[in-house]
Amino acid sequence: MKTLQDLTKTSDDEAVGSTRRPTNPIRRFWSSAVGKKWVMAVSGLALLGFVLVHMVGNLKIFLGAVHLDEYAEWLHTLGEPALPRTVVLWGMRLGLIAAFGLHIVAAAQLTRMNHKARPVRYQSRRDYVAANFASRTMRWTGVIIALFLLFHLADLSWGTTNPDFVRGNTYDNVIASFERVPVAILYILANIALAIHIFHGSWSMFQSLGWNNPRWNPIRRYFAVTFAAVIAVGNISMPLLVVTGVVGK
Amino acid sequence: MDLNLKVWRQAGPDAVGRFEIYPMHDVSEDMSFLELFDVLNEQLETRGEEPVAFDHDCREGICGSCAMMIDGRAHGPERGTATCQLHLRKLTDRETITVEPWRAAGFPIIKDLAVDRSALDRIVEAGGYITAPTGAARDANEILVAKQASDAAMDAAACIGCGACVAACPNGAGQLFTAAKYSHLSLLPQGQPERFTRVVSMVEEMERWFGSCTNHGECEAACPKEISVNFIAMLNRDYVKAQFKNPALSGQRH
Repeated sequence: MKTLQDLTKTSDDEAVGSTRRPTNPIRRFWSSAVGKKWVMAVSGLALLGFVLVHMVGNLKIFLGAVHLDEYAEWLHTLGEPALPRTVVLWGMRLGLIAAFGLHIVAAAQLTRMNHKARPVRYQSRRDYVAANFASRTMRWTGVIIALFLLFHLADLSWGTTNPDFVRGNTYDNVIASFERVPVAILYILANIALAIHIFHGSWSMFQSLGWNNPRWNPIRRYFAVTFAAVIAVGNISMPLLVVTGVVGK
Repeated sequence: MDLNLKVWRQAGPDAVGRFEIYPMHDVSEDMSFLELFDVLNEQLETRGEEPVAFDHDCREGICGSCAMMIDGRAHGPERGTATCQLHLRKLTDRETITVEPWRAAGFPIIKDLAVDRSALDRIVEAGGYITAPTGAARDANEILVAKQASDAAMDAAACIGCGACVAACPNGAGQLFTAAKYSHLSLLPQGQPERFTRVVSMVEEMERWFGSCTNHGECEAACPKEISVNFIAMLNRDYVKAQFKNPALSGQRH
């Protein structure tokens, strides 16, 4: 009988071999799907924290240009005077890049493994009972978020897709971007995908981390629904209220 | 009742399979699903055709032999029921019932609906046991076990190893089976000495055959013993804990 690892010949698994695992404890943990899911849960938790803080900070758009620009400037000065300007900000950025990288690489490798685990699909229609839309579309909502992230950086960090971009003028840049109807729609759709991704991810992470206690288990679902809803409402409110002219110059 | 049985026929492991439709007339709705196949096979033999190969043994839901994907659900639409205990009266709303074998890389098809589930045995061999001296059993009350702990261990021990969890999982993962076989030992005092070597060897063996768990929950819904995905969380937790355990200290209580 061929094992899954005989079928899954990636460079990583070739080193693993069909019976032997790496001796280096980190590589051995990473070679395991349970280990990779743990990494996805921890990086996902970090990304959830980022998404929440990012939203809370950006909601200052409703307090006006002075508050938002002041907040943006504060992010650059974090850690001063103990550390030079932007060092803490870059530390957080590198942490985020690492979290995104690990999350995406683990997801890609696990997806590949799962495809190999069922080389011949069911020939009749499946009737899913427990799997929901969110859990079954994680890899698509994930890809949508990753592509959106690139656009988002080009739009509001680098300014390449935003003709009116002026570095440092955070409030004006955001308003100029969201005033474009297609861009506002893109932001709204991407945040719907993000909320769907979070709905499954912020429940699933408890299982992957092994945080399971009958007393607290029902709370996990409430947490996931609340987190997804808060992020959706908060993030969508910004492009929506700008494009409809409620908030602006 | 009358119905059409649409069954996957495949002559051998590497043969090309296809669905065949068999009209079944005047069958009793009190038949079990396997009895429906007994009737079909008698008809096929009478006509000189090859009977449908399928696994079955006890027919009372405890052996884990029967394994059919019925209308897209492992063991059919009835919750907490193996194929052998699914009765046709539960399926009266259907004109055509489609039956497929379990499909997973770890469950190669032998013939028709029969698949080779020995990968599950490999996982149990990797650590689904305790090393205990043979001889007379110790007094049952010599080791105290909390009622809740023994109940939980019994819930896990209800696993009959049918493979429905793998069959139902969109990822073809074997996590619920492995978690059940792991937990029924590791929740009890007798399972403690080998707990952390067991979790690593069982998980690593599992991953040689099956996909990875993404927490859909289809396994729990399909399980004829309704084993909870809570056991999967316990397996995951112990696998991570095992990474940081020093085996030399495993004799220490605290």
